[in-house]
Amino acid sequence: MVIARNENEQILIEPSINSVRISIKIKQADEIEQILVHKFTRFLTQRAEHFFILRRVPIQGYDISFLITNFHTEKMLKHKLVDFIIEFMEDVDREISEMKLFLNARARFVAEAYLTPFD
Amino acid sequence: MSTPQVIQFHHNPIQSHAFNQDRTVLAITNDSNVEIYDLKSKPAKLITVLKDHDKLVTAVDISIHGRIVTCSQDRNAIVWEPLSDGSYKPTLVLLRINRAATSVAWSPNGFKFAVGSSARIISVCYFEQENDWWISKHIKKPLRSTILSIKWHPNNVLLAAGSTDGHARVFSGYIKGIDSKPEPSYWGEKLPFQTLCGDFISSNGGWIHDVAFSPSGDVLGFVAHDSSLTIVYPNGGADVAPRSILSVSTSFLPFKSLVFKNENEILAAGHNCHIVTFAGDESNWVESGSIDDPNKNDDTAIGETSALNMFKQLDLKGTTGKNSGLKTIHQNTITELRPYEDNGVELTKVSSSGIDGKVVIFNV
Repeated sequence: MVIARNENEQILIEPSINSVRISIKIKQADEIEQILVHKFTRFLTQRAEHFFILRRVPIQGYDISFLITNFHTEKMLKHKLVDFIIEFMEDVDREISEMKLFLNARARFVAEAYLTPFD
Repeated sequence: MSTPQVIQFHHNPIQSHAFNQDRTVLAITNDSNVEIYDLKSKPAKLITVLKDHDKLVTAVDISIHGRIVTCSQDRNAIVWEPLSDGSYKPTLVLLRINRAATSVAWSPNGFKFAVGSSARIISVCYFEQENDWWISKHIKKPLRSTILSIKWHPNNVLLAAGSTDGHARVFSGYIKGIDSKPEPSYWGEKLPFQTLCGDFISSNGGWIHDVAFSPSGDVLGFVAHDSSLTIVYPNGGADVAPRSILSVSTSFLPFKSLVFKNENEILAAGHNCHIVTFAGDESNWVESGSIDDPNKNDDTAIGETSALNMFKQLDLKGTTGKNSGLKTIHQNTITELRPYEDNGVELTKVSSSGIDGKVVIFNV
């Protein structure tokens, strides 16, 4: 099942008898966002074993994949897992745009500092 | 309505539970073991642990004679014969399947049982006196996928099976020499072994999680993964169109289990963690209410882990905050409902087991 806001923002949900895989395509409007998303997901997937439900390699065409198996729902509270995924989706866009703003601000600051001697 | 009786065992998932005939002994699954509890003492006392399986035990059932049958993902079923000193003697049953066994049920008279498996086979097993072991006969056609649940008809011959191919089927499990010829019923007249007496699908497809016969055996109900409940009134075998098929779709999460309270009422429970009741007859079925409804329970009802939760909340967020538990007795999916007590006319109590390691006895 695919839930999509547009072709850049999609979620793929694949159910099976004892697990469900949720793959998220995060919004990437320009190259900076592409780099940021790549770095951000890499940061997360490198720490996948601490996240339990996170997959190391997202499936083709998506940025990040979660796999929730029966063992996870047995150990953790189901409604909290759902909350976590939703919270993640809400936060990730904000996080990326914040990082982008921060990056731009920093670029401006660096450029200013670099150009002061020529003033 | 008095408060339900809650028994918290361990924190592992209970896949299945079963009471013996006089409700003094309870068997529950715990990973690859089955634990037997004595309910006469309070709190319930662990009598013994049945340890012969080496993979997750998926189902357990106790016959009217007190024999326990367990089946497991290690592809075996074991019959446990109670001995006088309180221990159990295991007998391995040759199921001849090459995938996990998923469900097991004793026939009402306790002389045979059926095992459903991922190998697309139902094994009907009976005891053969000459060889002193349990023999199994296979039902293969027209099963296309894993069997998730098995229930017996009160006449000891018919059995219903719910499967992941979205079909609920009714078969004959007639064994020559064990069973007497069944009376003709709405399910058909001649019933040799492996006769298909009914084949039904739910309204939107989806796996069939559980099936159940009504107390008279003339009505079949099943719950599917599309959160629906379907009730079938048959009209004499698989070739004849049933008198009516009624489907109730709900906005709940899928149900994992159902039991008939009487001919006109059904209790179903599953991923929503509380029991939902349905009522109706041959013309119409509707959702009629729920037991342990989270909308009516208040926050204070939750005990147990709340102290731990409070400290966790303090640690994480600096406030005690709102309780993170669900407002139902079961804190996770209910895996199985079973009839517990009846007054001769209808069920008065049902028991439920959950992934949260609880067994709860509800008044209905």
